[in-house]
Amino acid sequence: MRNVFPILTIVAVIFAIWYAAVIPMNFRLALDAATRGGEEVIPATPDEQGETGLIRLMLDNPSVMPAAYAFERPRLPQPGWVATEIYDATFGLIRRCEWQGWGEDSDNWTGLSDGCLRVVAHNRSLIFHAWQTMAPTLLGFAIGTGLGILLAVGIVHNRVMDLGVMPWAIASQTIPILAIAPMVIVVLNAVGVQGLLPKSLISSYLSFFPVVVGMVKGLRSPGAMDLDLMQTYSASRSQIFWKLRLPSSLPYLFASLKVGIAAALVGTIVAELPTGARFGLGARLLTGSYYGQTVQIWAALIMAAVSAALLVWVITTIEKRTLTTMGLNR
Amino acid sequence: MTTATAPQIESSPVISARNLDLTFETNDGPVHALKGVDLDIAQGEFVSFIGPSGCGKTTFLRVIAALEQPTGGEITVNGMSPDEARRNRAYGYVFQAAGLYPWRTIEKNIKLPLEIMGFDRAEQERRVENVLDLVDLAGFGKKFPWQLSGGMQQRASIARALAFDADILLMDEPFGALDEIVRDHLNEQLLQLWARTNKTIGFVTHSIPEAVYLSTKIVVMSPRPGRITDVIDSPLPKERPLNIRDSSEFLEIATRVRDGLRAGHAYD
Repeated sequence: MRNVFPILTIVAVIFAIWYAAVIPMNFRLALDAATRGGEEVIPATPDEQGETGLIRLMLDNPSVMPAAYAFERPRLPQPGWVATEIYDATFGLIRRCEWQGWGEDSDNWTGLSDGCLRVVAHNRSLIFHAWQTMAPTLLGFAIGTGLGILLAVGIVHNRVMDLGVMPWAIASQTIPILAIAPMVIVVLNAVGVQGLLPKSLISSYLSFFPVVVGMVKGLRSPGAMDLDLMQTYSASRSQIFWKLRLPSSLPYLFASLKVGIAAALVGTIVAELPTGARFGLGARLLTGSYYGQTVQIWAALIMAAVSAALLVWVITTIEKRTLTTMGLNR
Repeated sequence: MTTATAPQIESSPVISARNLDLTFETNDGPVHALKGVDLDIAQGEFVSFIGPSGCGKTTFLRVIAALEQPTGGEITVNGMSPDEARRNRAYGYVFQAAGLYPWRTIEKNIKLPLEIMGFDRAEQERRVENVLDLVDLAGFGKKFPWQLSGGMQQRASIARALAFDADILLMDEPFGALDEIVRDHLNEQLLQLWARTNKTIGFVTHSIPEAVYLSTKIVVMSPRPGRITDVIDSPLPKERPLNIRDSSEFLEIATRVRDGLRAGHAYD
C-alpha cells in the first residue's frame, strides 16, 4: 500500500502536464474556428495569425483558450475525451446484458447474453483489439525467450558460437524492424503462413536479444571457486550447467524477460502497422491516423501501455515466487 | 624429531611429491609458483602448509587436487595421478569461503556432490544426517546458507567435503575469514573430527598457532620461487586441549616455525 502515494503523485503530474499542453497544442485550431465564427480576435486575419508567435496569440486572446479543450478532432485531446473513448470502446459497448444460464445444448460457456459479450467480441472493442495484439505477443515472447536461451547456452559452451553469434545478434537489432516487418509478412504469406505466426516472429525478433544478453551474463556469473568446487567432484559439463550455471542465471534471466516482453509487445504493434492488419492495437493506431482520429490513437496507446504493464506485472510476480522458493529473496 | 603421535600404517605414502615444479606463464614473464618440492604424507597425518603469500602453499594443495597441472616432477595421490585420484573420489576440498550455493538449503548443498556422484536417495539422506551430526549442525539442514553464521557456513562446507567419505581432506585457509574466537572453536572441533574419522588432512594456513595446534606435521614454505624450507614433525600428543598452546613444547615448535619462515623470507 505504501506504493500507492508515489504512483498517484506521478500520475497527477502527468495529467497536469497533459492538461496544460492541450492549450498550446490546440490553440491555433481554436483561433481559426473563432475567426471564422466572427469573433473579435487579435490579429484579425488568418494570414497575420500565421505570422504571429504562439505565445503572443495566447496572451492576446485569452477568451479563446477554453475552446482549445472542446475540439472533436484536436491535435492533442484532453484526458477526459480519451477516457470517454476508452469507456465507449469497452464497457460502453454492452447492450441488453442478461444472465442466461448454462443451458444443456448451449455452446456459450459464459452463460451471458450476446449483448454482454460485445465488450470482448465487438470489432470496435479495445479489449478485442488488445487481445489480437496480446496473443501474437505471448507466442512471439515464448519463441524469442526459447531462442534466446538456446543461443546463450550455445555461446557459453561453444567457442565458435561465442565468437560468431554475438556480432550477428547485435547486428540484427540495428536493422529497423519497420523495414523488415513487411518483407517477413510477404515472404511468409507467399509460402502460405498466415495468422498469428508472422506477427509472432517479428515480435520474437525484438524479444530474443535482451534474453541472449542477460542469459549469457547469468550463465557466466558463477565465480572461479564455484566452478573449482564442481571440478573437485569431477562433474560433467551438463551437471555443471544444471546444478550451477542455470540456477545462478535465473535472476539475470528474469531481468531480461521484463525487457523482452515489453519489446515483444512493441514488435507486434510495429508488425501490425505496415501490413494493413485489420485487428489489433497497431491497426487502431493506423486507422486513427488515416482519419485524423487523435482520440482513437490515444485510446489505443493507453491500452497498449496498460497491456505492457500487465505483462511486466505477470513476469514480476513469477520472478518473486521463483526467487523466494529458491531462497534468493531475503 | 621422531613421530610419537598419530598411529601410522607403515606403507606407501598417501601423497608423494618428487621434485615438483609449477611455472605460470604470465605477461610479466614466468612465475615459479613451485620449485623442487619433495614431500611424503602418510595415512592419517594432519599436515599444515604455512608460509607468506606467494609461497605456493595453496598452489601445492591445488596440484594435489588436480586443479592445477605441474610443469615438472612427479606427484601421486593414493599411488595414482591426481586426475585419476579425483575420479576415484580420493579427496574432499574445503575452500577459503564456504562457497555454499545460496539457492540450496544446507541439506541440499551437502547432497550436491552426492547427486553428482550418483548416490541413491536413501543413501543421500543417511549421509547428510551423518555428516551434519559430525560437524554439529544437526537440525540446520532445512536452513538456507544466509540464515547461518559464517562459522556455521564453514562447518557446513566441511560437512559437504566429508559427505562422500573421501580419505583425504584438503583445506585451503578454511577459517581465514573468521574471527579468533570462532576460529579456536572450529580448530578444536576439527581435531575431534580428525580423531574420529582418521582422515588424512592437508591444511593451508598463515597462522603459526593454528598450524602448531592442529598438525602432526608442519611444512614451512617460502616464496620466489615457492619451495619447502622446513618440515617439522610435531611431538605434541594427539589429544590436544586448547591450553596446550601455553606449554613449552608448543612454544618451542612455534619458535622453530617462525625461524623457518624468517630464514626463507627476506623482510626488506
